[in-house]
Amino acid sequence: MSVVKLTDRIKVMERKPMTFMEKIYIPAILKGMSITISHLFKKKATISYPEEQRPMSEVFRGLHILKRDEKGAERCTACGLCALACPAEAISMTASERKRGEEGLYREEKYASVYEINMLRCIFCGLCEEACPKAAIFLQNDKMAPASYEREDFIYGKDRLVEPFLQAKA
Amino acid sequence: MSWIILKIIFISVIFGLSLFIAMYSTYAERKIAAFLQDRLGPNRAGPFGLLQPLADGVKLFFKEEFIPMKADRWLFLMGPGFFMITALMTSAVIPFGPDIIVDGKPFSLQATDINVGLLYIFGVVSLGVYGILIGGWASNNKFSLLGAIRAASQNISYELAMGLSIIALVMMSSSLSLKDIVDQQAGWHWNVFYQPLGFLIFLVCAFAETNRAPFDLPECETELVGGYHTEFSSMKLGFYLFAEYINMFISSAVLATLFFGGYHFPGISSMEPGILKTALSVGVMFGKIFFFIFFFMWVRWTLPRFRYDQLMNLGWRILIPLAVINILITGAVILYKMGL
Repeated sequence: MSVVKLTDRIKVMERKPMTFMEKIYIPAILKGMSITISHLFKKKATISYPEEQRPMSEVFRGLHILKRDEKGAERCTACGLCALACPAEAISMTASERKRGEEGLYREEKYASVYEINMLRCIFCGLCEEACPKAAIFLQNDKMAPASYEREDFIYGKDRLVEPFLQAKA
Repeated sequence: MSWIILKIIFISVIFGLSLFIAMYSTYAERKIAAFLQDRLGPNRAGPFGLLQPLADGVKLFFKEEFIPMKADRWLFLMGPGFFMITALMTSAVIPFGPDIIVDGKPFSLQATDINVGLLYIFGVVSLGVYGILIGGWASNNKFSLLGAIRAASQNISYELAMGLSIIALVMMSSSLSLKDIVDQQAGWHWNVFYQPLGFLIFLVCAFAETNRAPFDLPECETELVGGYHTEFSSMKLGFYLFAEYINMFISSAVLATLFFGGYHFPGISSMEPGILKTALSVGVMFGKIFFFIFFFMWVRWTLPRFRYDQLMNLGWRILIPLAVINILITGAVILYKMGL
């Protein structure tokens, strides 16, 4: 009976009886122990996360930020294009009219009085960033949404999203 | 009178030291396991995780103490205690250093130098298996019982080969006192060079006697849940795990004493007696002990567990005949040296 070869990768198993050196098992033990001891001096793969952080890619899409302009006024005009672009429907906002005397706070007459992103819904695709006509929303490449115990903690309001004033000036 | 006080202090120190070393062996085990697997190991409790054993101990103390309804209450409580006591008793005959002079009288750094020290160790070690057996039996659990039975048969099988491998050594030293055996190995006259086969057999048996991998069948997690300590919780489990590390410490000490010259080291033996010599000798002894503890762990994280039939095969059909051959060779050499 001839064996039909389907591939040329077939390897015939060798079933030779063990030699004496193989039978006494000690050389094999020593070999294994030399391998394990070499690992004692190898670089550890672990990154101790909170103290040590993995370097992020330039194009990493992390936590969102609502940018201010060069004078420190919020760029967002609550047009709602980001919410429309969002495939996960994570963004919601309420628009308001800018009052007299608030020119330093908001760049245009309309602004978002409430701006919320649900980080549990967000898939960090970055479509909001692409949709924004005012260059107001960006995904940072060095921050991630941290873990929390409560679901409520993952709904990020303006308090956590808007760029701090000092950071914008710098 | 002062001699008794000194002895009591010395024994307490050895007692505390055994517990302390066992405590930090658990830390070392986890750290070494981690390092051999390219991990970091415990590093949260204290600097480098050095308080980890303390945290583990506290955790074990505060865990719920559970006794199964159908367990034999008294035996269930006795098992861990018995195991712990026998583990701690063995250190009594191990010489940790040369004699020191206190008030003009020599004071031995050994709890007692009985002339049947080796037999004493073997006796206490064989008693140790009762702790496992009682605990496993009293749990009234099939996994525990299987683990206990395995422990008993394994210890009996390997004690034979262990005893036979020691006979060749005793034939050379013609003494059962550990102190004598150590003092005969001063300089480079370590027994391991004269009895390499005996050492190998003893080493393998030591692994089996302490229930360490690759012979940890009594607590084989993959087959028996937790083996003999499946039903134990809280500090009773802690005692079992802890006593295992004490056993490992004692085994390392016995290995160092019998085969690696104990507290002797070339160079130190020829020094002037004094504080420095004593300190160095004790340091050397503990260096050797720590090396063997490391060796135990190194082997554990390298070799897979033996199958039960392989274990019995190795014990009865390989180690015992080898030990007998070793005795015959030793006897022949001794006779040849005596000039027949």
